[in-house]
Amino acid sequence: MTYINAIGLIAPQGTIEDGHFACVEPVYKELINPVQLRRMSRILKMGLGASSICVNNLSEAKIDAIIVGTGLACIVDLEKFLVSVLDENEQGLSPIPFINSSHNTVAAQIAMMHKITGYSNTYCHRGASFESALLDALMLLGEGEAQHVLVGGIDEYSQHYQLMINEERKMKDAVIGEGAAFFILEKERRENSFAELKGVHSFLMKDDDFNNNDAPLIKTEISSFLQKHALDMADIDLFVSGKNGNCITDGIYDILERDCFPHAETLYYKHLCGEYMTATGFALDMAARQLKGQKEKRALIYNHYNYINHSLILLQTP
Amino acid sequence: MTQEESKKQEELIDQLKAQIIEAVSLDDLTPADIDADAPLFVEGLGLDSIDAIELILLLDKKYGVKIEDPQQRKSALKSIRTMAELIAPPSPPEGGEVMSDSQI
Amino acid sequence: MVYITGFGIISGMGCGAEETWATLQQGRPVIGKVSFLETALRHYPAVEVKKSNADLVRLASLPEDKIYSRTFLLGLIAAQQAMRMAGLNTAQGILGATTIGGMDLNERYYKRIMEEGDKALRRQLASSFECADCTEQIANHFDIRTHVTTMSTACSSSANAIMTATRMIRNGLADSVLAGGMDALSRFSINGFNSLEILSPTGCRPFDQQRNGVTIGEGAAFLVLESEKAATGKKIYGEIIGYANHSEAFHQTASSPDGAGAIMTMRHALKTANLQPEDIDYINAHGTGTQINDLSEGNAIGTVFGNKIPPVSSTKAYTGHTLAAAGAVEAVLSLLSIKEQTLLPNLGLENVMEELPFLPYSDMRCEICDKQPSQIELNHILSNSFGFGGANTTLIIKRV
Repeated sequence: MTYINAIGLIAPQGTIEDGHFACVEPVYKELINPVQLRRMSRILKMGLGASSICVNNLSEAKIDAIIVGTGLACIVDLEKFLVSVLDENEQGLSPIPFINSSHNTVAAQIAMMHKITGYSNTYCHRGASFESALLDALMLLGEGEAQHVLVGGIDEYSQHYQLMINEERKMKDAVIGEGAAFFILEKERRENSFAELKGVHSFLMKDDDFNNNDAPLIKTEISSFLQKHALDMADIDLFVSGKNGNCITDGIYDILERDCFPHAETLYYKHLCGEYMTATGFALDMAARQLKGQKEKRALIYNHYNYINHSLILLQTP
Repeated sequence: MTQEESKKQEELIDQLKAQIIEAVSLDDLTPADIDADAPLFVEGLGLDSIDAIELILLLDKKYGVKIEDPQQRKSALKSIRTMAELIAPPSPPEGGEVMSDSQI
Repeated sequence: MVYITGFGIISGMGCGAEETWATLQQGRPVIGKVSFLETALRHYPAVEVKKSNADLVRLASLPEDKIYSRTFLLGLIAAQQAMRMAGLNTAQGILGATTIGGMDLNERYYKRIMEEGDKALRRQLASSFECADCTEQIANHFDIRTHVTTMSTACSSSANAIMTATRMIRNGLADSVLAGGMDALSRFSINGFNSLEILSPTGCRPFDQQRNGVTIGEGAAFLVLESEKAATGKKIYGEIIGYANHSEAFHQTASSPDGAGAIMTMRHALKTANLQPEDIDYINAHGTGTQINDLSEGNAIGTVFGNKIPPVSSTKAYTGHTLAAAGAVEAVLSLLSIKEQTLLPNLGLENVMEELPFLPYSDMRCEICDKQPSQIELNHILSNSFGFGGANTTLIIKRV
């Protein structure tokens, strides 16, 4: 069994700035050594900030693995370096954006900051990034290769991303957000455990598959996932819905809410954090906090990113 | 060094300090906080090898000074004063040669 | 048990196992000038796949009227070879690895997409920046629906993909997984390494006293990994028996001189494989040709293997550093080495590094190097991949 024993979150608080949800950021100097802060890009600060909050919340756990899921990762630095290559005729370029553009920078810096010399991995796969990281963490704990795994989902808002999304009809009307959510997962239950993480599943649908008739397929995926955990739809008390305001692709959430989970309470969250590739990190934080202190409740997070990456995360009270 | 030369060097040092603060993101410091003779690396300002590359770029871009030889780099990047001396070498005590344009 | 039932490779050494082996046999470097990449740094040697994008599109039998990133094309071609070899049409998972995804497209079209707002092009190329793009296109090509993901841990990315695929199969999550990595040559990478002053102006020479940096290569390699059940009755090319991944937590780009991270990783991999150091018959080193990597890795090998160091070589002087693809490329070279029972030589050696606790294995033309013993049996190969941020991974492949 795997428990969520600590959480560290940097997230927007439902306020829209310049047309997107922006994180309310802590004073990083209080969390990160100012000498280290010097060369850090924003996503790095967010990642180190949220992971530090998480680690500080459970200081007795000696973290021995770090796994990060990040859809776009360090794309802002990547673009910065690309632009310098294009504009400066490949001469006299500063290496800093190149160094920071390596997508494992967040995990690497967390490891350096907290002296974690164990397992480390970084998943960058759109709406499956955070889910892949969670699945890896579950495997690692199951294998006994680590006891205290720090796992996070992180993405920052960028203009590039906004421009791309503007061209995507399946994203129209969704407000873009950002966030960093880190969790400590352990096999042992603690007095302050938030929730038990039962399982994660993700699946891919083709871009051109989208025709609004996929509900039966998605329902089958959900019921077979639940069956693996000896559950059925009626056992779910909290349905965490990833509705983001797009009138084309929100339909599936309504269908599932109505057909599969009519008895369950529905929780929405993207009106608080916006849409981004690792928004399920925010959803997991919310669902875990909701379950804490309750008795025998189960939550299912269903999300799709752009109707291509679909995912399920199952939780229950500890 | 004549009085005028040393005044010029102090100006150059102040200018360098500001440029270094920007180049290596020492956001919390002002030129007045930095000692021109303090070591740049490890102690003193606590810079590292990546900052060294930034300083080499700065010398090249702002002053047209290129240093390839690792030993020369080491001695030139000891402190802000050694950097200034590389950009505008102080003339020898007597007479001395006139600084050529290419050195500036 | 996790078996390798298929593998594919495309690099500067050639397309497919046969061409690759033929180049290895010739024992001469393929490092040279770039002819397809348009870069101001063309005077720096690199290892390019000598095929245009149009050639690659035909090779992959794709429709010719679409724009593809070179990274994807290389990845698909390697994946097609691997799937064909394994006799599979689809798989239960794909773990792809890349550092920069479709960067080649962005280098060409970025300004047009971003500044001039060419909407049609933007729509088509919207996501080529994303690491996921190449993996997802390959997944769609083979209709892979579950466990589709991408990892990006710099130069250890595809070693991590192979490791994670192995773990997924061991954990019973899937029976067949396609795992590997891909990266095309780009101005981005070449300039990145140049900005760090670790791009070799003359061609990489791993473990040589006069080594002066990395030579970037491009390429892709994929393995098909299958569970014992799924591999029954199939030809098996090897088994992944050991793996480990450790974060060195030392420096953002450099490894520690004593190789603490590499030591941990190699020891841990030996432990997962249940082997002793003396069981390893050959080490395919990360050996990039930078001052610090080769020193660090050399010291680490000395520490782990003591006075029983098996033959060691880096194949980077053949392939160049293929970045995210390196781990998978070297896994395929190791499989070929097992199949042919022949060691892979370390090219470019004139004077072996003074600090090195071993002589790298090289070919007959190298007078100072270890020669292949007349009697050799390659049963266990250990392959290292180290990335920025101290992302160290070791794989151990067993002959079956």
